[in-house]
Order: sequence, then structure tokens, then C-alpha cells
Amino acid sequence: MSIDTSKVADSNSEAATPSKPGPAGAVASWADERLGLATMMKKNLRKVFPDHWSFMLGEVALWSFVVLLLSGVFLTFWYTPSMGETVYQGSYDPLRGVEMSEAFASSLHLSFDVRGGLMMRQMHHWAASLFIAAMMVHMLRVYFTGAHRKPRELNWVIGCILLLLGTLEGFTGYSLPDDLLSGTGIRAADGFMKASPVIGSYMSFFLFGGEFPGESIIPRLYTVHVLLIPGLLLALITAHMLLLVFHKHTQWPGPGRTEQNVVGFPMLPVYAAKAGGFFFIVFGVTALMGGLLTINPVWLFGPYDPSKVTAGSQPDWYMGWPDGLLRIMPGIESHWFGHTISWNVMLPILIMPPLMLTLLILLPFLESWITGDKRDHHLLQRPRNAPTRTALMVSLMTFYGLSWAAGGNDLIAIIFDLSINQITYFMRGAVFIGPLIAFIITKRWCISLQRKDNDTLLHGYETGIIMRSAEGGYSEKHLPISEERAYTLTARDRDPDVTETATGPDTNGIEPKRSPVAGVRQKLREIAFADNVQKPTAAELEEAHHHADHEHELQAGLDGVSADGHQFDGHHLVEDETLRGDH
Amino acid sequence: MSDDNLPDLPPQEPIADPGLPEHQPRPTDVDPALAKRAERQVAALFGLSSVCAILFVVAYFTLDIGDDHSTVLGLGASTVALGATLGGALLLIGAGLIQWARKLMADHEIVEMRHPSRSPDEDRAATLAALNTGLEESGIGRRPLVRNSLLGSITILLAPAVIMFRDLGPTPNQVAEDADYLGAGLENTVWDRGVRVVRDVVGTPIRPSDLEVGDLVNAEPETVFAVNEEGEHVLEGVALQIAKSKGAVILTRMDPEDNTPGEGREDWAVDGILCYSKICTHVGCPISLNERKTQHLLCPCHQSTFDLANSAKVIFGPAARALPQLPLMVDEEGYLVAQSDFREPVGPSYWERDSQASTSE
Repeated sequence: MSIDTSKVADSNSEAATPSKPGPAGAVASWADERLGLATMMKKNLRKVFPDHWSFMLGEVALWSFVVLLLSGVFLTFWYTPSMGETVYQGSYDPLRGVEMSEAFASSLHLSFDVRGGLMMRQMHHWAASLFIAAMMVHMLRVYFTGAHRKPRELNWVIGCILLLLGTLEGFTGYSLPDDLLSGTGIRAADGFMKASPVIGSYMSFFLFGGEFPGESIIPRLYTVHVLLIPGLLLALITAHMLLLVFHKHTQWPGPGRTEQNVVGFPMLPVYAAKAGGFFFIVFGVTALMGGLLTINPVWLFGPYDPSKVTAGSQPDWYMGWPDGLLRIMPGIESHWFGHTISWNVMLPILIMPPLMLTLLILLPFLESWITGDKRDHHLLQRPRNAPTRTALMVSLMTFYGLSWAAGGNDLIAIIFDLSINQITYFMRGAVFIGPLIAFIITKRWCISLQRKDNDTLLHGYETGIIMRSAEGGYSEKHLPISEERAYTLTARDRDPDVTETATGPDTNGIEPKRSPVAGVRQKLREIAFADNVQKPTAAELEEAHHHADHEHELQAGLDGVSADGHQFDGHHLVEDETLRGDH
Repeated sequence: MSDDNLPDLPPQEPIADPGLPEHQPRPTDVDPALAKRAERQVAALFGLSSVCAILFVVAYFTLDIGDDHSTVLGLGASTVALGATLGGALLLIGAGLIQWARKLMADHEIVEMRHPSRSPDEDRAATLAALNTGLEESGIGRRPLVRNSLLGSITILLAPAVIMFRDLGPTPNQVAEDADYLGAGLENTVWDRGVRVVRDVVGTPIRPSDLEVGDLVNAEPETVFAVNEEGEHVLEGVALQIAKSKGAVILTRMDPEDNTPGEGREDWAVDGILCYSKICTHVGCPISLNERKTQHLLCPCHQSTFDLANSAKVIFGPAARALPQLPLMVDEEGYLVAQSDFREPVGPSYWERDSQASTSE
């Protein structure tokens, strides 16, 4: 390292330009003499990134954020963040002459009188949906594969905060056009704020600059939407990326891929081309969606009027799950000492979302506390090899999904011709029972898949060839899997033995005292590990192979002819052989 | 790389690591004709992208944007063409780059060793030493007076930072006492004794005989439409929006025998015509879905359902309180008017609502 640095630092001409110093080389040399770029870039230009399709999900989020910045800046050139009254005089016939806010009028102007304006508005909205969806799926990928473990816990926390900020950014964004639907959303948000104990009505009056709706909310949300939250998002995304570079990406286990190395393609050229190309793909897809797929047609909703509402009013999809909880929550309100406590609003809106976020943030820390695993991890785990973790996330997903479905209970009722009351009653139970069932099913499913892996390791893969023995019995022929595949299947840790712990009776036969917390932890450890299936030992593998060899011996007469089975397993050429061979 | 801080290799059992598989050349690596073809493919993708970009410019200047949005797929020709060409131009660049990377760029996987996140012990020691030296030289440990007064002054700085936001808005009480528009404050609306109930949108007053049994009418206080001697609206801008957000009501007529008036509300109806606040007591959506047969009113936002024949009590959903009822009577011209303002605050619940409700009566 020191050799290279001195070269770059001392030489005036040659270090940054290996051969002929062309114009590009001259620029590079000029920049390096002032910025010392060569030292910084010499490692990173060929930085290794492992390849797997699931690593692309975070990229979708990153690139859709770039699209949001670009399309958002375009929109700000025409959008007017003002609730001042104006009479619309633009191209859209049905609303001409109607009184509305300047915000709504400028949204209409953008949609109907600025060429490409509607496309950009819709691109911005689609990209926002994509941004949040991609963040969520990326988060699931990270969790299911164990990439949230040490040393990446802080990046997980940043990711969770990004998800929260993205959601808030989305809410402030779709409130800006000041159409009937977004105004209804703000009206509900006013109701949420008022439900806060003690300070609720003050919060509402401060935010709205007086009584709802006032004339301050749109300009204030605008500042939050175009400056405050994007600034935070940008800073946190930068931190997220820097940590990714610092930790180096996780990788799947496989031949030659270990905890100590990272195997993949270099940043320049392959990864840069693929990731850069993928940026254009994401950009292109959102452009197509913006041009071809209508989203949020505010001209159909009309300007906001606090005495009107449309049936089927719903927030954007990512706000759907708390809205669903709000719908299924029974109407409970306490009146204590002359004060009103609205549990029916507080619980689903003011308590549940922060609670879920806190739980998400704590997941890596809870896991390492329960498992006692303080090691660094750079190799990913298959979801099946952490059954309890996988089951926990699936159960959270089930809760999310059911709450989200409850947020569409009116649409479900209409589309499937069901009673909205029965759907609501059902959901009240389902949000509790569903996650429990999902947990149990997922855990058992994972364990079955672990057994299946062991089966493959011990007895080989199913060839699909049915053998008939001399006695007339039929059996399917199994053949051993390749060494690479067998290694990949076994490249995982054995779970700690949780049944024998250090807390057993000591030499005098006296049970040591255990704190209740340690007891809970031990119980959780048992839940996490006790039912898991461990990979076979070397002895078990040896035994199984011995058994297989014996079977092959019995079938030795068939070897080398068509009926030995190799011919039809899809791994061998069969062109030169007839089905019956020389039999 | 025998650094102690690196994670252990997982025990290579029961099978030893066979090592990285040998690199397999791609067809384009060994066949120059195929490589040439891939090169042409990539160039063609980039070329097509340019075509799309030019078409974008053409579409921008030739296609109409404006009032006819039913031209293509309900979207407008300009928007469709711009989206399709821009999308095409971008996607083709992306496809070209990725094809280039997959077919032509060297595809040798390379191995890089990881480094531990943890700093080496000597670095930790050096940092700690530097930190201690710095703190020592500052004297922050030896001079608690300086340290504590600094901490104190920074804490106090929070006060200006928070206080600065005080003027974001008036408090609810300030609005109720000082605001210069009609019906200011959470517990008041523009309704008052003698204010006519008029139809939403058009603003015409309503006679009891205008309504049939089973009808439901969206209505507003007459004040919303009122003009003064100069022909100017009494309520404009914010005041108008606030008046509507609290004053919107629904009128319904039912057979008086179907109605079970609440205690003290026996004379609030006129010929079976009842008037309720339209603002949901849950989070404040305007309620609009009426089930004519059952006299149930459903909020479209969260499906709270109110029984209009029984003081608009909640019979289903997340709302906790009945819709406030507006006492009705008929003025000398025979139009429906309010007997008074609402007897309780309309809209969603809030902390001090109960105490306000009791004082306003």
C-alpha cells in the first residue's frame, strides 16, 4: 500500500496515466494532484461484488429514489404550494370555472397544460410506490437470509428508519395536490392528532395554523416533502451505501466462498455496467408506467371540500395497514375525569406503527441476545436453516397482510359481494390467529425442507428411474449429488445444543439459581433451536455412501448399459445409446 | 490473512471445500463470430435508444396535449407517446449495457479478502490515548465548573429552539376567544338559532314538504352562501372552509313513528325530519352513504355505521360516539332552521372535549 501511495504522491506525470498521457489522463492527473483520487480509488475500482438476483432488490429502491429526485425537481417548477383560492381556467373542461386552491389548480396545470407533465407526475407517484415496495422486499431478503447479523446491525437500523421516512415522504407527497382524496387523508390525519392525549388539539392547531383546514398545511407539508425528509433520506442512504462498501457485501456459501473472502465481479467494468444498466432499466420502467398507467387521477376527484368525500376512500397502499387496523378496531373511548381518551384511534394509529417499527429495529439485537451468537457473519443463510427466524418474519408479514386487507374491507365487500360487517368481525380475530398459524406452518415447513436437504445429502437425488428387482419389487433409483452441491448444502453452522446448558446441577448436585430473565432467554433459545434438523455428520455420510455402494453393487450387472439409470437423469448424453442397450 | 478479528471459517465438515470451480468460457469468449454478433447487438440496442429519444422530441412538438384525454387509452396521445419513447430510450440503454457486461466484458470472478470491521488492538489503544490526551489537555475532567456550565447552557438552548415554533398556530382557546370569523373554536360552529338549513352546492332553503320519507339531503348552514349588502360573501377562504368542515349536516326524513328521539330531543325533529352533523365522530370524514331501508348511515372512510332513527348512535365500526344532532324548527316563512348551535362539539374526539362539552351547554 505504501509503495503505491508514494508513487502517486511524488510523481507529477506518470502515476495516474500509465501509458500515453492523453487529454483524459491529463484531467485525471490534474484532479489527483488536488484530490488524491488515485489512492482512494485504487482499491475501490476493482472492488468485488458478489452476484445473486436477490441483491438487486435494494438496487431497485436506490434507483427509484434517484428517479424520485429527478422527477420531483421537474414537478416543483410548476407546482404551487398554496391554499390560496383561485378559479381554474386551464384546459380541463369539467373543472373550468371551479373555485379551488392554487395547489390543486397547479396540479391540473401540470397534468393538462405542461407537455410531459402528467407523465412526470405519474412517474413520480409510481416511483414512490416502487421505492417503498422495493425497500420492504429488500428488508425481507436481508432478514430471511440473515444479512442483518453482526456486523451489519446498524445498517439494518438505518434501513428501518429509511422505510419510515419513505412512508412519511409518500404521505406528505400525495397530500400536496390538495384534491378531494388527499384532503380526506389530511382530515383523517387531523383526527389522529386530536386523539393524542393532552396535547392532541394543540398539535392539530399548531400544524394547521389554527382550525382545520386552515391555509398553512399545504405549504408546510411541501417544505417537509421537498427539503426536510429528502435531505434525511439522502444522508441516510449515503450512510447505508458507505456501510455496505465498508462491510463488503454478504455472499451465499459455495465452493471457494467463505466467511473470510468475497467472490464476485469487479466494480469496474462488470458491476458498474450491470448496476448502471439497471438504473436505466428502473428509470425506463417508471417512464413507461408514468406514460401508460394512470395513477392518482386528481382531476376525477376534484378540489378538496371539507363537506364532501368519495366512496372507497383509501390512502396509498403503504399506509393501508394502519388504516386497516383503524377500521377493525372496536369503538372504545374512555371518559376519565372530564378527559377523552380515544383508544379506537390511538391504538391502531398512534401506538401500533411505532411499536412495529421498534420491533423491526430490535430484531437483530433480540436475535443475538437469544442465540448468544456474537460472531461476525458474512455468509448468508437459507431461510430454511433458521426456521424460527423465518417463521417470525412470516408471522409479522401475515399480520401486515391481514391488516392491509382490512384496510380494503369495503372493496373486498363490494367485489366479492360479502357483508362488510362479517369481514370486519373476521379480521378482528384473524389479525391475532393468522400470525400464530403462519408461524407454526412456516417453522414446520422449514424443518421439513431441512430434512429434505439431509435426504439429498445422504441418499442422493431422485433420478425418476424406477428399478425392478429380481424379486419383482420396484424402487426409485437415487444417485449421489455433485461434490460442489453437497458442499454448498453443508456449508452452514451447526446450531448450538440448547438442551444441555451451563445451568445444569453442579458437582454437588445443586441447581444454580437462574434469574427470570435468563430463564426466558433459555426458553427462547429452545424455541429457536430445539426442533431444527442438523446437517449429517461425516460418519453418517460415510455410512450412507457405504449403503449406496452396496446397492450399486447389486445393480452392477446393469452398469455401463442403458438401464443403469445415468442415461436418463438429464446429466448425461444418451444419443449413442438405445434404450435397451444390448439386452 | 490470519487476523484474529476475522470470523472463523465454518468448520469444513462433513465435506471439505472443493474450492472455486474452474472458469468456464462463454461462447463469445471462444468464437469471434459470436463475439462480433454480440457487439452488433449491443450497438443496435444503443442505436434504437437514440431512435426512441428522437421520437420523443418529435412527439413532444407534434402531439396535442390538452383537454381531450380520451384520445389514447384514456391518457392523452402526448402522455402515452412521451412515456413510451422515453421508457424505450432508457430501457434500451439499460439492456445494451447489461448485454455488454454479460456477453463481452471479462467474466472472471475474482476473490477479495475481507477485513474485520473491528479496529486492530493497537489502533484502539492509539485512539484511546489520543482521546485521553485531548481530554486531558482541555482540562474538562479537572474543571467541572466549565464542563457543567457548558452542558447547562447547551441544554437551555433547547428552550429557544422549541419556543421558536410557538407561533406555528394559535391554541384552541385563543381561536375560540379571539378569532374574528363566525363559529370559531372546536366547540362552536356557524349554526345558530334561526340559521336556515340549505341544500349543499346550490344553497336553496328547504321546506319540510320538500322531503319525502326516506330522503337524505346533504345540507349546509345558510351562512356558507350568505352575501352582505355589497354582494360579497360573508364567509370566504379559510373561514368558509372551516365553516364547511364543521357545519356540514345531513337531513333525513322518516316516519315519526320509526324515530326514537333521545332524552331531551323530543322536539328536535320537524315532521320526522332529523338533522345530524355530517362529520364523523371517529376521525372526521364527511359521512355520506345512506341505507334508505334501515335508516343507517355509513362512513366511507372507516365504515362506522350510525342509526339515524336512534339519535345516530353507533351500531358498527370504530367510531365511539353518536353523531351530534342539530335541533330543528321551522321559521315564519316555513323553512327549516336550527333551534341553536350543536349542543356538543362536532367531529373527532380530543382530550379536552368532555370539559368543553359540559361548559358549552
